[in-house]
Amino acid sequence: MTRVRSWLPGLLLISPSLLLLGVFVYGFIGLSFRESLTDKHTAAQATGRDPVGFVGFSNYTELLASPAFQHSLRNLVIFTVVFLLGTLVIGFCWAWVLERPIKGEGIFRSVYLFPMAVSFVASGVVWKWLLNSNVGEQASGLNRLFQMTGLGFLQNEWWTNPRYGILAIALPAIWQLSGYVMALFLAGFRGIPDELREAARVDGASEMQLYRHVVFPQLSPVALSALIIIGHMSLKSFDLIMSIANQSAYSTKVPAIDMYNFATVYDYANSAAVGVILLVIVALAVVPYLWYDARARKRG
Amino acid sequence: MATVTTPAPETQQVTGTRPSSGKPSRRTGSPGWRIFRYAVLLASLLLVLIPVYVLFVTSFKGIGDASPSRTWFFPQTWTGQNWADAWEALSPALMRTFAMVIPAAVLSSLLGSMNGFVLSRWRFPHANLVFTLILFGMFIPYQAVMIPLVQLMIDINVPNGIPSLILLHVVYGIPICTLIFRNYYETVPMELIESARVDGAGMLRTYFSVVLPISIPSFVVVLLWQFTSAWNDFLFAVFFSTANNGPVTMALNNLANGAMLSNYGVSMAGALIASLPTLLVYILLGRYFVGGLMAGSVKG
Repeated sequence: MTRVRSWLPGLLLISPSLLLLGVFVYGFIGLSFRESLTDKHTAAQATGRDPVGFVGFSNYTELLASPAFQHSLRNLVIFTVVFLLGTLVIGFCWAWVLERPIKGEGIFRSVYLFPMAVSFVASGVVWKWLLNSNVGEQASGLNRLFQMTGLGFLQNEWWTNPRYGILAIALPAIWQLSGYVMALFLAGFRGIPDELREAARVDGASEMQLYRHVVFPQLSPVALSALIIIGHMSLKSFDLIMSIANQSAYSTKVPAIDMYNFATVYDYANSAAVGVILLVIVALAVVPYLWYDARARKRG
Repeated sequence: MATVTTPAPETQQVTGTRPSSGKPSRRTGSPGWRIFRYAVLLASLLLVLIPVYVLFVTSFKGIGDASPSRTWFFPQTWTGQNWADAWEALSPALMRTFAMVIPAAVLSSLLGSMNGFVLSRWRFPHANLVFTLILFGMFIPYQAVMIPLVQLMIDINVPNGIPSLILLHVVYGIPICTLIFRNYYETVPMELIESARVDGAGMLRTYFSVVLPISIPSFVVVLLWQFTSAWNDFLFAVFFSTANNGPVTMALNNLANGAMLSNYGVSMAGALIASLPTLLVYILLGRYFVGGLMAGSVKG
């Protein structure tokens, strides 16, 4: 009884939050799932004027079989791989170069990080222009810059390319988040105790060996967090694509865009199904991570 | 350890100041290596700043000046007209955004602070599991709850626009706020809270008179983080508001992809205006801003 009295007030204090999250996260995931199993494809059904039937998993099987949705999934994979590789490689290199004291470090760090403070919608405005697909006389943006600097062969149609257009969207995404990954790695580098390095040096390790066998292995938890954070952002990408290419561009379609497009025509069943598919994809990446993290916490 | 759930306390100081700079044990490397580092850093600096240059010069160009052949040059005559036009188009939305972001940030921070306190210092059975379940709310793609949310907002009659967005930002902000506060309170000595308990203070008493006053640094981080992410949100905005009653991301998107599609000068001035508040936060309070980013930049 006294033990209950010692923790009950705490539980009461956080119960409003638990209730809200229970409803808005777990409850609504359940409702979405239920919605995705119905045939609610029209506005009349969405507003309750027409009856709604239960169709099981047929929305899922049809979506996954449709070439349009497969295109979205393919785009998502390409985008995520390139976005992850780009931010991790660039962020890591910046952190490595900045790791030891250098004049002007604060300026470099701040500039690399600042795009993170800007919304994707705002950066989309300028990237839409930089990634303009016109060539020749009408070329503007990066195509124009390539033309002027003798790199004309680099000119291309950017995000309007139906097969690889999504790669053009990865460019601004990398621009915006590399600095963040740098900050993570920088913190990782500096969290390594000096004694560890000293010990390795005393043992006669060269600088290269020092990095390979002492420093880099210590950074793997940071790399994992960066992977999870950037990866799950990438899987949910929406803002940037909307502001550069807008929702009707087939070339840059991803599931998050499909979800929105279905919702705008009151096809709530398919919209919810896409949402659930996205959730499953994200959960496959995140749940093992949260589990690993919870275990690490337990061990203290 | 630098997993998503643990870095806040250590990283805040690590990226803000350099605790280990100036220690003689750090080698600065050979001159060749230093020149290489500067070359990489400066080249990166220029690349990162390209979009900023474009935004800036284009926002001061008149319509005739924006011809493709002149895209990379300074304006022939500098004009403030675009800025005036963009301000006229965006200022009502800017005011609405402040009215949305401030209550949303304050409320979710308060809830997060209470949760963080309980989960770290006033634990109940299975607190760890509950914490993990809360964290999962940070990673879910909001697409997976969107359809029931849309229906709920209609059913409970929350006016579209700012009121619904405040509710959503508060609710979905709880996980990250809880995480940051929990990590912070973990560093607070248990004795401080124990002694208050021994003195007979109940949980609320302990929270308000002992915990809250020492939470200011964390509040700064969390408030800035919530301010920025709510300010930059577009996904909820696009589902629950229109350009006429929504936040500035909606108004900017409308400006850039609607009426002013062909007038890049106005859109780019608009993008700068819409980014100024978060940029100011970043420039003036960069240290704390970075703290928030590190603790998990996982809304998006």
